[in-house]
Amino acid sequence: MAETVIYAMYDDDDVLKNGAKKLVSKGVKISEVFSPFPIHGIDPIIGVKQTRLGIMAFIYGLIGLTLATYGMRFFMIDDWPMNIGGKPSFSYMENMLAFIPITFEFTVLCAAHGMAITYLIVNKTLPGMPAQNPDPRTTDDKFVMEVRLSENTAFSASDLEVMLKDTGVIELDQKEI
Amino acid sequence: MEFKIANKAKLVTVSLMAGGLTMLAIGLFIHMGDHNFLTRLLSNTLINSFFFFSIGLGALFFLALQYATETGWYATVKRVIEGLAGFLPVGILLMLVALFTLSITQGAHGHVYVWMNPDVYDVNSHHYDEIIDGKSGYLNQTFFWIRTLVYLATYYIFYRGFRMRSLEEDRVGGTEIHFKNYRKGAMFLVFFSVFSSTSVWDWIMSIDVHWFSTLFGWYTFAGMWCTTMTVLVMLVLYLKKQGYLPKVNDSHIHDIGKWTFATSFLWSYMFFSQFMLIWYANIGEESTYYIQRIEEYQLMYFGMFFINFAFPMLILMSRDAKRNASILIFVGLIIVVGHWLDVYVMVSGGSMGAGASIGFVEIGMALAFLGLFIRVVLTNLTKAPLTPINHPFLDESIHHEI
Repeated sequence: MAETVIYAMYDDDDVLKNGAKKLVSKGVKISEVFSPFPIHGIDPIIGVKQTRLGIMAFIYGLIGLTLATYGMRFFMIDDWPMNIGGKPSFSYMENMLAFIPITFEFTVLCAAHGMAITYLIVNKTLPGMPAQNPDPRTTDDKFVMEVRLSENTAFSASDLEVMLKDTGVIELDQKEI
Repeated sequence: MEFKIANKAKLVTVSLMAGGLTMLAIGLFIHMGDHNFLTRLLSNTLINSFFFFSIGLGALFFLALQYATETGWYATVKRVIEGLAGFLPVGILLMLVALFTLSITQGAHGHVYVWMNPDVYDVNSHHYDEIIDGKSGYLNQTFFWIRTLVYLATYYIFYRGFRMRSLEEDRVGGTEIHFKNYRKGAMFLVFFSVFSSTSVWDWIMSIDVHWFSTLFGWYTFAGMWCTTMTVLVMLVLYLKKQGYLPKVNDSHIHDIGKWTFATSFLWSYMFFSQFMLIWYANIGEESTYYIQRIEEYQLMYFGMFFINFAFPMLILMSRDAKRNASILIFVGLIIVVGHWLDVYVMVSGGSMGAGASIGFVEIGMALAFLGLFIRVVLTNLTKAPLTPINHPFLDESIHHEI
């Protein structure tokens, strides 16, 4: 389905932030902001939901914990009981202390990798994926605000453009996607 | 805004002290005739003096750390940290009393500090102990007192300096004081990095005089830091609830909550590192410490580890929990008790051994010290504006957002 999208470009993140505040107070829905670096405090202004990545990290960590515990129990106790330093070799519980460092490391490994990979997938930025940003300059020193017409049915394209121009844009672009 | 102690807080602190002293008196009356009465009493003064002294010291360390790292966010809670550090003069006095009474009773007749008993150095006595005799170059009363006085004097001098400059900054402003604090903060950390280990070797580890652990200093220090952060977050929340500290927002609370969370992990890590290495190597002279505590204090020792590790980990993990006053207070109260038990097991394990029990004496004295601690800290807070006036990072701190 064709959709009209307006891209407003700024050369200062504070100008963009103030502009976004002004637009949102008028009832405009801003769907996305592209920036070379994280803009502090932009999330609540444009209404980005709190990330759930932390919850996923916890779940990945639990998976790591379970895998490490199960794996070591199987390798060191069940399948081939190992006697290291004269420690009791037929019980996981009595040997648990020796396994904790590895359990900890594996938990961190799974949580960190799981979180990083999830992040890349959710943002569609896995290596080799096509770029999502509308203008390559947003990876350098420009900031782009994206406003979709379908999300702002109360306004016409020209209304939006007038409002955007008020906020100090340096370039305005309209695209059909 | 000037802080005034609420009448309720006055009542609570006075009744804590009065109730504690009454319980202590009852306890003393009951146990007067026990053969280990003096050991028990003096162990408890050491436990409580050290525990509350270390909260003040932890606050001083944290303050110095903020100065040395030129941190910005903490400016609005700086006076609260100073209020906690302001317990130091009283804490130092308590430590001196506790150590002095132990010293003149020969380490409570050699039950608390075995090495203070002159018999262990006497070859003809049946108490003669070759290992302690070998350590006598370091562990003798004269050198012990020289070290103790050096530690306490250093802490006191740095506390006085930080406090004086902090109040001066309110009057004159500028950045000169800031850079002076930066240098002094770094210097304090250098002293503290050595003294934090050696002082607890002297005061606590020498109770189990045959045993030694290099990690012991850091372990105790981590517990001290964690307690301080917990007390700090509870105190800030209390002041906020009373309507003070208007500039402190959720982000500051969140940050101190993170410190609580992180230092709980630091402490657990130290506990585990010390425990696991000794367990793995299984050398007789090292493992005695744990064997004794596992046999005689099993529930308390592992229970204390469990609450100090699992409670903050599971409850404070999420972002929302670290911004929630009731959750922070709940966890805070539990881990303060947990860390008190940690100090209790450290000292009592060596001095009282299997004869230890928590009764009127222990609880009464702890409550009395707690009342005194709260009262001194609150009184300190009344002496200066709760928000520093000319701190160079004040503006940054007011706009702190994470």
